[in-house]
Amino acid sequence: MSEIKVDCTGETCPIPLVETRKALRKAEEGDIVEVIGTHPSSKKEIPMAVRALGLELLSIDEKDGVWKIRIQR
Amino acid sequence: MADKATVIVHSGDMDKIYSALIIANGALAMGMEVSLFFTFWGLQRLKKGGLDKGPLSRMNMLGLGKWMVGRKMRKAGVASLEKLLQDFKELGGKILACDMTMEIMGIKKEDLRNDLISDYCAVGTYVIEARESSVTLFI
Repeated sequence: MSEIKVDCTGETCPIPLVETRKALRKAEEGDIVEVIGTHPSSKKEIPMAVRALGLELLSIDEKDGVWKIRIQR
Repeated sequence: MADKATVIVHSGDMDKIYSALIIANGALAMGMEVSLFFTFWGLQRLKKGGLDKGPLSRMNMLGLGKWMVGRKMRKAGVASLEKLLQDFKELGGKILACDMTMEIMGIKKEDLRNDLISDYCAVGTYVIEARESSVTLFI
């Protein structure tokens, strides 16, 4: 099991969503994908994608406008 | 109904190509299948070197409006059309080119970016794919 980090700081629609999906496709089952970013809507929409893909959302945190979402493949 | 989106990209306007690719990439990111059907003015954008050549659909002002919007987009960190297209392909999206448009506009296969195009087709292929899609758009 490995952890994949995706940095989408400063990126806007649809890049955080797309980069998350790219990382999830590359990840193997059991891997954790951690995405950080600043685009506000993506903080809501990445969890929507995680649900749509039937994966597990581990956590969502936000500090000083930077959010961090952890997903289990 | 399959979890699939089919989009007709009829317009070659820069802002509408952005809309089509952003929606398409969003749908792929949500786990849907996506097919983009490029026809008429949209197909011009698949010519070699043609992706960024489209005008703005409104207030183009001989390119001045497009230049101003382009500058704002770069400032906001909006991805380039080329990146959106590469991401679309990487996430498994399918691009189809309308062969009737090619015929009436005198576009040859070698004029197009064949590396991106999955197939050359006509309306039948669109209808077959659209009837099994939960989302279909005309842009």
